[in-house]
Amino acid sequence: MDFWIDDIGWPFIKIFIIANVALMMVALLVWAERRVAALIQDRLGPNRVGPLGLLQPVADVIKLFLKEDLTPGHVNRPFFIIAPALTMMPAIISLAVIPFGASLIIADLDIGILFIFAISSLAVYGITIGGWASNSKYSLLGGIRSTAQMISYEICLGLSVIGVFMLSKSLRLQDVVLMQGDGIWLFGEHYTGIMGKILDWNIFKQPIGFILFMIAGFAETNRTPFDLAEAEQELAAGFHTEFSSMKFALYFLGEYAAMISIGAITVTLYLGGWTFFGLENLGGSFSWLTQILIFAVKLLALQFFFIWVRWTIPRFRYDQLMRLGWQVLLPIGLANILLTGVLKLIFKV
Amino acid sequence: MTPCPAVIATVSEYVPVLVMLIFAVSFAGFSLVVSVLLGKKAPTNPVKDAAYECGMPPISDAHQRFSVKFYLVAILFVLFDIEVVFLYPWAVQFQAMPAFLFAEMLVFIGILFLGWWYVIRKGAVDWSTE
Amino acid sequence: MEPIFHDLLAAGGGHAVAFYACSAVTIAAAILMVMKKNPVASVMWLVLSFIGLAGIYVTLQSYFIAVIQVLVYAGAIMVLFLFVIMLLNLRREDIAKMELPKVPFAGVIAAILFFVSVFLVIKASTPAFEKPVDALLGEPALAGDSVRAIGIPLFSQWLLPFEITSVLLLAAIVGAVALTKKKL
Repeated sequence: MDFWIDDIGWPFIKIFIIANVALMMVALLVWAERRVAALIQDRLGPNRVGPLGLLQPVADVIKLFLKEDLTPGHVNRPFFIIAPALTMMPAIISLAVIPFGASLIIADLDIGILFIFAISSLAVYGITIGGWASNSKYSLLGGIRSTAQMISYEICLGLSVIGVFMLSKSLRLQDVVLMQGDGIWLFGEHYTGIMGKILDWNIFKQPIGFILFMIAGFAETNRTPFDLAEAEQELAAGFHTEFSSMKFALYFLGEYAAMISIGAITVTLYLGGWTFFGLENLGGSFSWLTQILIFAVKLLALQFFFIWVRWTIPRFRYDQLMRLGWQVLLPIGLANILLTGVLKLIFKV
Repeated sequence: MTPCPAVIATVSEYVPVLVMLIFAVSFAGFSLVVSVLLGKKAPTNPVKDAAYECGMPPISDAHQRFSVKFYLVAILFVLFDIEVVFLYPWAVQFQAMPAFLFAEMLVFIGILFLGWWYVIRKGAVDWSTE
Repeated sequence: MEPIFHDLLAAGGGHAVAFYACSAVTIAAAILMVMKKNPVASVMWLVLSFIGLAGIYVTLQSYFIAVIQVLVYAGAIMVLFLFVIMLLNLRREDIAKMELPKVPFAGVIAAILFFVSVFLVIKASTPAFEKPVDALLGEPALAGDSVRAIGIPLFSQWLLPFEITSVLLLAAIVGAVALTKKKL
């Protein structure tokens, strides 16, 4: 019976906790997006439903459920229905290998990061198929554009993290977390002072990789300055022009879940994950709560940055986007790997 | 032969992934079904049923052929993706014999860098012309 | 063999069930892929077939291969297929107009290849069929990290093929550019 408890029971509880935290984060993010946008544009933003407008996402969900579920006659029906789900599911499934705490990980796989990349590489189908099945010019163009953009930046995403795994010697994400924050190694010496511990975070050991990962992450999640798929003045709403009700909501949810997923990977790979220089052990047997809080604070800070960028930076042109991806980020990513190799040989970190 | 319980056990590590997959599928299915059940039902008409083109009546089929450049991006993506995939097993054991592995990868990346250079020189991913 | 069989039972016998379930998904999706008239539907069924294949690799404890199967085949090559199909945008009447004289010839070749591979599989695994099928499932090449298990031989024993792969990729890059550019 151990099988049922260890392999079904515990994962089920963990999935319940993590899925709830993730969905609450999505709701919070939708609210924060509108409030921060309002703040940046010197407006008020949603402030009527609940205190500070915090219940606005709940109201939005109820509204979306009650909207007419319109499937226009010109679409390819089966694909039109499954396409939004195809975009949303990968973002949720990729949360399975992210460590939210010492034991709060649904599946600590030895292929860790590759699992996330493999699963999220399937998210393009939802967008391509959605655009194609809509049988509308804006949708098709938006879908094709978006797919080309996502696959171009997937290479940068893959290249940018290689340096981290040269340091961690393992693709298991829990190993990557544990190797950060316990003091940096230089010339065979272990520096465990507070500076040594802070500098042990991968953001300081892999600054170029971190910046590349963030840029590629913005592109993968189709956020400004890379939101060409839904460039309003050219393509109406791009690939989701024809979608309504919960079909639209699943695309919407998928975008925000992907943002959380990319943010969570960034926190895990570069910002020390659920650790914070010993603070993570506070609370005795409830330390898992402290750990998930540390993780959530780091994640929210990062999401604030995502939102800040979206409402500050204008959109790229398509040729600029492609040039940045192929001609700038790709060689920098390769150079970063070789640089990491050279530095590792010299400093013996 | 001796059993390898540790390795056998890792197959069951994937059971939670399966549970997660089932959770995601049922979440999506639930949302789609409930919105059909709860949603407003209104009569349709030809205008409502037409593709949205900012108020203009749609002309011609939406499935037009598109630029071959998208195809080129896709094929270059496949090729460079394979390159990236080779880097992962290399990175995790780099520590074991750094100098030797570094030289190996320098050759591998060097040859593919020629390919990248050719792509850039021919303007294959340059979208500002034509 | 016996201890492994015992471990499989300890795991709820789920191992064999998982293997057969993944196989069923792979084969069913492959059949649907061939039978669908709409090429886009065929692509999506092939993607599902590849995911089922990745599941088979997981039950065979080749996790790295499984994840690469999804990342490269399902997530990259099939996107290319989808682009090509959408790019050509063949309608049913276009396909009907096309002359397909090579179909019977291709069918004969496919049939021969099918019987040869069936023959090879049976020949290679005849003694194994006398064992319980479960015992075929789990004989891991290297315990522990499945990424290292691939990496160590790849970068030492198979170093030359690995380096030649880069030349192959280079040729493919040049070929792709040469095919699609009007003016080189």
